[in-house]
Amino acid sequence: MQSKLFNWFKFSSPATFYPLAGSIARFSWLITLALLAVGLYMSFFVAPTDYKQGEGYRIIFIHVPASWMSMFTYLVMAFWSILGLMYNTRLSSMMTQALAPTGAMFAFVSLWTGAFWGKPMWGTWWVWDARITSELILLFLYLGYIALHGAIDDKRRADKAGAILILVGVVNIPIIYYSVEWWNTLHQGATIKMNDKSTMDETMKITMLIMTFGCWAYTIAIAMQRVRNIILEREHGAQWVRELIGEKA
Amino acid sequence: MSFSEWLDMGGYALYVWGSFGMTALCMIAEPLLLNRSSKAIRQRIARLNRIEG
Repeated sequence: MQSKLFNWFKFSSPATFYPLAGSIARFSWLITLALLAVGLYMSFFVAPTDYKQGEGYRIIFIHVPASWMSMFTYLVMAFWSILGLMYNTRLSSMMTQALAPTGAMFAFVSLWTGAFWGKPMWGTWWVWDARITSELILLFLYLGYIALHGAIDDKRRADKAGAILILVGVVNIPIIYYSVEWWNTLHQGATIKMNDKSTMDETMKITMLIMTFGCWAYTIAIAMQRVRNIILEREHGAQWVRELIGEKA
Repeated sequence: MSFSEWLDMGGYALYVWGSFGMTALCMIAEPLLLNRSSKAIRQRIARLNRIEG
């Protein structure tokens, strides 16, 4: 007897989720382009010059959003991994697989922009600082997941192995986040605090938040597009896929 | 402020444009690669359909 208020499993079948992912992707792309256009304009023409770092600080408008996204994407992957292990739903593992490359990209961008900001301000491209090192470990976790998942032919086993790797690595996220408090190494503390007033100019903060939501919408759009590819690849034998693609592509 | 002055970013041009440039490169390359792999998958399925009829 279907007494549940909402059938959670309605969209858990790849066939019913495929068209929905398409519309989410298109919608997210619109939001991404709008937010990033406004965010970039504000980053260069609206946000004031920093009293100490001059124009160089503008790197914050991409460094912080990318760093947040690299951590948040990993948490979302951990969420899907738990669901995949618990309910054995294929789509959950497909979502984990769809997010990994984008998470890895943002971890790389976080390290790259951090180095390009560190050189003028700290005088060095790289330092074995607690936060930077744990972010590097995060990048290796992403690449490790992609390699592990790709190396196992049976995709169901690859999903399980990947999910376990992600869950083992999830402890690294709080380490990155609190690294600046636990070890007083070079990287400065949190500027945007959830518990009390953030130590940042209002316009700068708004610009950074717009860029963050822009990167967030980007990740959703890309993940939705990639999950569609994964669905087609894995379900290529299914009748609905054959009818969808037809004889000419 | 002239364009070249703006481009100079107060002397931080290399670092600011090195950061934003690499990010733009990544966030443009990723969707392009995704579209390319989507096309490749679709063509492979279409070919399978033709073969298996």
